[in-house]
Amino acid sequence: MIQLEQVTKTYPKASRPSLDNVSVSIDKGEFVFFIGPSGSGKSTIIKMLLHEVTPNKGRVVVNGKDVTSMRSWKRPHFRRSIGCVFQDFRLLPNRTAYENVAFALEVIGKTKAVARRVVPEVLELVGLGGKEHRYPHELSGGEQQRVAVARAFVNRPLILLADEPTGNLDPDTSIEIMRLLDRINRTGTTVVMVTHDSNIVNQMRRRVIEIESGRIVRDQARGVYG
Amino acid sequence: MRMKYVLSEVLVGLWRNVTMTIAMIITLGVSLTMLGASGLIYTKVADMKDLYFENIQVSIFLKTDISEEDRAALGSRLEADPLISQVTFVNKDEAFQRFQEMFRDSPDLLSAVKADQLPESYRLNLVDPEQYKSISEQYSSAAGVDQVVDQSQVLDKIFNLFTAGQNVALAAAIAMAVAALLLVANTIQVAAYSKRREVAVMKLVGASNWFIQAPFVLEAVVAGLIGSVLGLGALVALKKFLFDDALSALQGLFAPVSWSEVLLTFPVMAGVGGLISAVTAWVTLRFYLRV
Repeated sequence: MIQLEQVTKTYPKASRPSLDNVSVSIDKGEFVFFIGPSGSGKSTIIKMLLHEVTPNKGRVVVNGKDVTSMRSWKRPHFRRSIGCVFQDFRLLPNRTAYENVAFALEVIGKTKAVARRVVPEVLELVGLGGKEHRYPHELSGGEQQRVAVARAFVNRPLILLADEPTGNLDPDTSIEIMRLLDRINRTGTTVVMVTHDSNIVNQMRRRVIEIESGRIVRDQARGVYG
Repeated sequence: MRMKYVLSEVLVGLWRNVTMTIAMIITLGVSLTMLGASGLIYTKVADMKDLYFENIQVSIFLKTDISEEDRAALGSRLEADPLISQVTFVNKDEAFQRFQEMFRDSPDLLSAVKADQLPESYRLNLVDPEQYKSISEQYSSAAGVDQVVDQSQVLDKIFNLFTAGQNVALAAAIAMAVAALLLVANTIQVAAYSKRREVAVMKLVGASNWFIQAPFVLEAVVAGLIGSVLGLGALVALKKFLFDDALSALQGLFAPVSWSEVLLTFPVMAGVGGLISAVTAWVTLRFYLRV
């Protein structure tokens, strides 16, 4: 599903590479944590999987598509098979929960009728049934992140990327979000999550890949934060 | 539904920053007016050249002391010249009549000039008005010829004036166009900034590039089209109030500007206005949104 083959990425003006000869293979349906200190290169991996940055060396393959050589005009279509969740939610403040999710569908060409059928379903799935018409500022942090997850998942992507999705949430709310991601993973969606949160990693007991200074120092099948 | 979305985004975009939108439309309008005006002047000058050169005459003024033989010899030489299509002789009386007609508003001048002070002349119509130089060379040294005067010399001066006017209009059009383009670029940047969250989400979920860009580009195009409507209005007003009213006394001098010619500048102005705005917006987005 996801392959990084000897990937090296050095940003312009940086003294050392963000990723240094990294090789990772992630299968379909896996749930993988990337952990490591700030600046270790975790977020660069997410950006690479989204075709936001391209490696200097090596090859990145996502969903059977070689992202390394992908032309930028193909990026939009490529991204439709990837859902994405961030620490800061990235919701549109002037739209309701329903409209935020529907927006993601409509801008990729789905009709309003499709949105009317699919959006309530996915909001129900993330546990926001009955709160469709609340604006982001009327929702708690955890609820906002649920909207973001709903938006990422509404298109039934093959891969869900989560960049510190619990970074702004309290521990209890974080656990709820993790349960949600776990449920999404069980539908067969590959989940890749970057996190600092040792609690969560230790509770989930999933594959853990630890990165330090751009190198993989640990890759453990049922790991803990350590 | 997507078309509806794009169109409503365009209207919201134009309204969001309405003072800037108005500034953009006015500068575009003035620029396009200048462009249209210079285009009209250009076609008019071409029309007038055809018109005037067709009737242009070369005058050969004779010395007052010319002998009968020299005059007759010159006359038959002119008749035989293949470059000349028509020869008319103007004697002193006719010259005086023409002079009186021309200067009937200046009695002082009329009373100062006596009939026999005016020279006799041959008036020539040329087969090709551009051939003036060779006529002048051939005949200015002939016996009894005082000087050879070509009206086209005078006309050239008038046309140079028109061409200068056209160039001024064109230069103004270009200067205003630069200002308009900077305003378009600025408006698009402001629009892109105010919609940065939407754009970020659209890029994230994989909206196609044209879909992200279309509202911005169309916003600029709509402004360009409104500007060209303003330009048309300005040209119509110019024709009606300046050309048809204030300058109507000079109508014989200018080739007339018809309504259809004024209206025909509209598609040109609209095309130029729309296209230039669209390209500017698109280029701005390339730099600003990196889509």
